[in-house]
Amino acid sequence: MKIGVLALQGAFAEHRRMLSSLGVESFEIRQKRDLERSYDGLIIPGGESTVQGKLLIELDLFESIRKDILSDVPVFGTCAGLLLLAKEIENDNRKHLATMDIKAVRNAYGRQLGSFHAKERFEGVGIIPMTFIRAPYIAETYKNTKILAKVDDKIVAAREGNQLVTAFHPELTDDVSVHEYFIDMIRRREK
Amino acid sequence: MENRYELNKNLAQMLKGGVIMDVTTPEQAKIAEEAGACAVMALERIPADIRAAGGVSRMSDPKMIKGIQEAVSIPVMAKCRIGHFAEAQILQAIEIDYIDESEVLSPADDKYHIDKTKFSVPFVCGAKDLGEALRRINEGASMIRTKGEPGTGDIVQAVRHMRLMQSEIRRISSMAEDELFDVAKQLQVPYDLVLYVHDNKKLPVVNFAAGGVATPADAALMMQLGAEGVFVGSGIFKSGNPKKRAAAIVKAVTNYTDAKLLAELSEDLGEAMVGINEQEIALLMAERGK
Repeated sequence: MKIGVLALQGAFAEHRRMLSSLGVESFEIRQKRDLERSYDGLIIPGGESTVQGKLLIELDLFESIRKDILSDVPVFGTCAGLLLLAKEIENDNRKHLATMDIKAVRNAYGRQLGSFHAKERFEGVGIIPMTFIRAPYIAETYKNTKILAKVDDKIVAAREGNQLVTAFHPELTDDVSVHEYFIDMIRRREK
Repeated sequence: MENRYELNKNLAQMLKGGVIMDVTTPEQAKIAEEAGACAVMALERIPADIRAAGGVSRMSDPKMIKGIQEAVSIPVMAKCRIGHFAEAQILQAIEIDYIDESEVLSPADDKYHIDKTKFSVPFVCGAKDLGEALRRINEGASMIRTKGEPGTGDIVQAVRHMRLMQSEIRRISSMAEDELFDVAKQLQVPYDLVLYVHDNKKLPVVNFAAGGVATPADAALMMQLGAEGVFVGSGIFKSGNPKKRAAAIVKAVTNYTDAKLLAELSEDLGEAMVGINEQEIALLMAERGK
């Protein structure tokens, strides 16, 4: 199994470290040429969604990656990654890959002083630590989107088919369970 | 407070692989955001103009900073003077995302830096060697940048500072553990921080390049030397075509090893900022705050 990690900007190295601790091979996607390698799953890391969204288009990655996601290649977006996948962003007129039936709210907890840690239940996994950094949350889910976690009644993780998103950053903690959950999604698809 | 410090280091991790741009107006802030800046530094005068104007340089008007906070959705940073904890308190009160305790402004204290552990908002500080970096981290900085030489458009000092830091990190990584006590003594930092560098071969916080970056090639150079992202101060809005140059530097930071792409990005950018060589300047800002 090989996972492509979008490495345009943000915390991509942390995801790769997480994968390597689980014995999963990964590589960085920085430009079109990198898409010549095939991947079984894709991770879109935290960072700034405006930067990643812009570079996706300018480095000519947008169409291929969107096509892969629509053809059911498993994808996992954290924080900015969630915003890139959302079909709708309540407080931002920018739209990016827009493949997942969720309405997100950007910088939903305010500025850095609003960043926080929490411990909550993640459906099918148990109670896990969650790190929120200038995080978004999900205001609404549509169609077949399943809610996986809530903090203070706000949706912070969801899944629709092979698309998984978290508003928090599992890659910043020592807890590997959400990454294992994603790897399991890839394995089930391969079967 | 320990918890806050972790969250503050985490925000710096989210900025990695990105470009933080100096802006002086909401309009410039929007240009920077559209060009792909991962954060902006709000200040009244960019370093090149501070240098030209001379005199005492202070924290910016909070009203001006708030205008920039309202204009963009990305993190907004602002500078306070070295040791001026009251300016830092004011910046925290307006919920700034990151405070730069900066040698670009006139130092307010020639002995003590701010005790940054007393604050909830994060701090980034400049350093020209590993000792300075670890001393700032010990005081509570959650991000480090090279000092470089701000407002000159001359990359030589940023290169010198980054090379020095990296070579000291390599030296410490290869030392025996019982030699680290003496290193801690020499660098005037706690043993634990030295041990972290020894074990992890890196600083305990994110490390950006700053001071003198003017071209996509400068940014690529700093990334290849080990920077995790880049601050661009005067280099953008003192150039002929800020929009294009800013976007080119952003792409250069993402693909810093692809010389072919860097060549394309370097084409047709218009006039770069007029640089000043280090021998031609009277004031070395990097010598402020050790």
